[in-house]
Parts: sequence; structure tokens; C-alpha cells
Amino acid sequence: MKPGDKEKTVRAALFLSALSAALILLFIVFFLFKEALPFLSHGDLVGFLTGTVWKPTANVYGAGIFIAGSILTTAGALFIAVPLGVACAVFLSEVAPKKAVNILRPAIELLAGIPSIVYGLFALIVIVGLVQQDLGKLLTGDSLPTGKGILAAALILGVMILPIVISISQDAICAVPRSFREASYALGSTKWQTIQKVILPGAMPGIAAGVILGVGRAIGETMAVVLVLGNVGMIPSNILGIDSRGETLTSAIMLDMSYVPVGSMHYAALFTLGLTLFFMAFALSMASEYLLAKRRRQSKC
Amino acid sequence: MKINGKVKGAYLVVLLITTLLYAGCTGSNPGTQKQTLTVAGSTTVQPIAAKAAEAYMKINPGVTVSVAGGGSGTGIKMASEGSADIGASSRDLTADEIAAGNLKVYEIADDGIAIVVHPGNTLSDLTKQQIKDIFSGKITNYKELGGPDKQIVVVIREEGSGTRTSFEDMIMDKGKTNNTQNAEQQPSNGAVKATVGSNPNAIGYISAGYLDGTVKGLKIGGIEPTRETIKSGTYPISRKLYMLTKGEASGNAKAFIDYVLSDAGQKIVEDEGFVKLR
Repeated sequence: MKPGDKEKTVRAALFLSALSAALILLFIVFFLFKEALPFLSHGDLVGFLTGTVWKPTANVYGAGIFIAGSILTTAGALFIAVPLGVACAVFLSEVAPKKAVNILRPAIELLAGIPSIVYGLFALIVIVGLVQQDLGKLLTGDSLPTGKGILAAALILGVMILPIVISISQDAICAVPRSFREASYALGSTKWQTIQKVILPGAMPGIAAGVILGVGRAIGETMAVVLVLGNVGMIPSNILGIDSRGETLTSAIMLDMSYVPVGSMHYAALFTLGLTLFFMAFALSMASEYLLAKRRRQSKC
Repeated sequence: MKINGKVKGAYLVVLLITTLLYAGCTGSNPGTQKQTLTVAGSTTVQPIAAKAAEAYMKINPGVTVSVAGGGSGTGIKMASEGSADIGASSRDLTADEIAAGNLKVYEIADDGIAIVVHPGNTLSDLTKQQIKDIFSGKITNYKELGGPDKQIVVVIREEGSGTRTSFEDMIMDKGKTNNTQNAEQQPSNGAVKATVGSNPNAIGYISAGYLDGTVKGLKIGGIEPTRETIKSGTYPISRKLYMLTKGEASGNAKAFIDYVLSDAGQKIVEDEGFVKLR
């Protein structure tokens, strides 16, 4: 074997490995479509996307409740994770002494490594009780009928996406050129003014990309949500109490998958739910990719 | 090149060892390979099947019995497809289901469906009509039942559940009365029990075999869900539990069902809180 041949073999092997990822994606999309096809071709798609009654036994498939449930819980999670995550990233990269960073960074990375079912159990045992008893007494003077719902789900999802938001925001902040900071200080700005007027605007595309990746994780999250969102076939219409419960695309798939007859219309409808979720996640990841590419053009970090 | 040679040598040694290990595994026990039997479906039947499997495997060490949940719908589906040797159902099968899957149905126990609330709930007795009104969303507050001014949190099972189908057959006019939109869905008897046991405002239904101190089983029209009332039929919501096989049961599946139907098996049924056949 000549050295040149070996070079070629390695190149081919590496190319095949790289190709396999794209092929797997293609296969998944193909099978999602294939299984969803009976529903896509016969079902009423507008009714599917906007309907609010999901009753497979009566052949009524309105996934609007699940789409709304997914969007609302994710929005709630962002409401918690974005301010906290960005503040934490600013602190880590601009303010914190090296010692603090050395402790905080591994802690945040560990947070990302906790399995979602563990988050879910924690939420079910701790957060649901806190919301029902303590928060209820604090706000209404009495415990709430239930602690499950969008608040508990948003709280736990917020914590789950925090590591993504922090680490990508931190990268974005560190990518803001040193010369910008120096220019700002040279003009007599304080540290806070520099962060607010120079660093955050400069890092914004990167931070936005991190947030969008977080959205992708939150919208696809299943276990934690199934445990605490309450699994009620309604659109959440309140932050607390009985009307705050709902169901997401992921929890609907999980709850129905255990009993759906293979090959039935219901089965195809579940795959259509999966397809909907796939397209939502796909759009999000494209958006984040676009923003990150924009940042890469601007600077090198 | 010298390093490469060493690496290759190491690979060869590892390969050799693994091959030998595999050969050792298959070579040491020819003919004593374990037979497996899978039971899947109803989460109501699951504790009976699991305990029976444990005892059965002690008597027949050559057989591994694995027991899974999934709900009665899953049990019927898996038995029809042949992906489980035995399916479990906590509801009556329709004639169509039996014909489509060529299923043979074995009755293994009687069971009641208990209406359960949190142990701290003051409620103790409901009529069938009240239960229907609660689960259909007509009654939404405990004060309408003489309790405190608290909203009722209704907990139901998923659509494929045999317990849900049986409950709807007996209480919700064979499913013609809809569940309240407000009902929280849980995918197993255990999950309903845990939800009701942790929320003072919740009400749900579970197999009577699952009753324990963590939830309170309500009387219906003054009748408590006990073995005697379920057996005699005076407790108004009771049903039968089944195991299913594709065609006539044979081999291990037959032996296992025979075991469940034997005195020892029926003792397990009773120990698990269900009602034995004889």
C-alpha cells in the first residue's frame, strides 16, 4: 500500500462518516413522511393545525391545543431563562473573578448533563408542591386546586435550557473584539455602560442564536413536561391553577403512543404531530445557524 | 511503522480475547438456553402477572417471564400481532377484536374500579349520578357535594386504558357522556394513584387491587369496594380481568395461564388485592 492510497482510504472513510449524519436525517424525514402520509393525504390539515379537540376514538384530530401548549410553555421557559442566562453570561465573562468562574462553569456544565426525567421528578415532587401550597397561599391566601400547569413546566424548562443560553451567550460576549471595549473605556465609560452599550449589542446575534437553540430544546422536551404540565386537552388560559394546565406536541405523542393501533389514522396523525414538531425545530435551528454565521463573518473568536 | 505494528498487534490480541469469550459463553451451556415468555398490556393485570411470573420462574427455572404494562389496548394489540405471547386486558373485548386477532380469552380474576380521593378529603360516599356529574364536568366544586369550597381536579386514564373503558361503560353511559375537557390524563393505575395521593383536591379512578393507604376509596351508594361486594356484584362498578393468546394457548403460555388459574395463582390474585374466580 502506497502512502497516497492510505490517504485516499482515510479520506473516503471520513467522508462516509460525515455523510452518514446527513443520510440518517434524510431517513428520519422520509419515514416521518411515510408514516404520516395516510393522514396528510386524507386528513383535514387546516383542521389539524387549528382544531382544539383531540379525540382519536371519534376521529377528531385537532392539534391546535398541542401546538399552542408547546409554544406557551416554551415562551414561559424563555421568560425565565433569557434574563437569567444572559445576566449569568455577562457576569461570567466580564465581572467574575477567575476563581468564581472556575467554580461556576463546571456547575453550569453539570446542569446540562442532568437527564430530563430527573428534572421532571424534581419538578413533580418539589416545584408542583411549592406552586400549589406556598405560592398559592402567598398570592390568593389559600392553596391552589393544583400545582401542575404552565408555571411549573416553564420553571423547570427554563432551568433546563439555562446552560445552553449561558454557554452560547458567553461565547458571543467573548467574541466582541477587545478593541471595542478599550475604545469604550478610553471614552470614559464605566464598566456597566460598556456592557450595556457596547458588549451586549455586539454580542446580540450570538445571544439570539443561543436563545433559539434553547427554544429548540424546550419545544422538544418530553419527560419533564409530561410530569408537570397536567396533560389536559385544553389551551392554558391562566398562569396558575386549574386553567393553567395543558398538553404539548411531545406529551401528546408520548401519551397516545402506548395504545395507538399501528397503521391506523390515529397512528398517522401522531406521526403528523411529530412532523409538525420536526418542522418547528428545523426552522429554529436554521434561524440560529443563520445568526451564528452572521456573527462568524463579523469576528473571529 | 513500528508503532503501527504494535497497535495492530494489540487489536489482534483484543479480537482474539473477545472471540474466545464469546465462544466460551455459547459453548458452556448448550441446550440450557432460557426460553422467554412475554406478558404485556393492562396495568391493572400487571401486578398479578408480575407476582405470578416470579413464582412461576421459581418452579420453572428454564423460563424467563417478562411482564410489561402499556394498557389494555396495547395488550390486545400485542397479542393479536404476536409481539407478546400473552396480552392482558382489564376490559371486555369486542367481538371484532377477538375475530381480528384470532384471540382466545381467559378470565383470570374479578376486579372493582374504585373512585379514589386524597386521604384528607372529607368525601366518603357518592352516588353513581354524582360520579357521572363530576367526571363529565357538571359538578366542579366540592361544596356542591357538601364539602369545602375547593375546585375539583378530575384525573382520568388515557384512551387506550381498559380501566377507562370499563369506567365509561358503567358510569358514563357507555362512553356517550363525554369526560370534562378539564380532566388530567395519566397513563397508568399507579400514576393516577400518585396524582390523587399527592393532591387534596383530586379525584380519580383506579383498579380496586391498587387501593392502599395513600388514597381513599369512596363508597358508591353506601357500598364499599371490598372483595365481598365486588364478588357478589353489589359494588356497582366491577369488571373481569383477562389474559389473551393468539389462538388456543400452547407451550409456555398455556402453562403460565394454567398457573395463574391454579390455586397458587389465584392466591396471588387475592394477595394482590383482586378477587379470585372461585
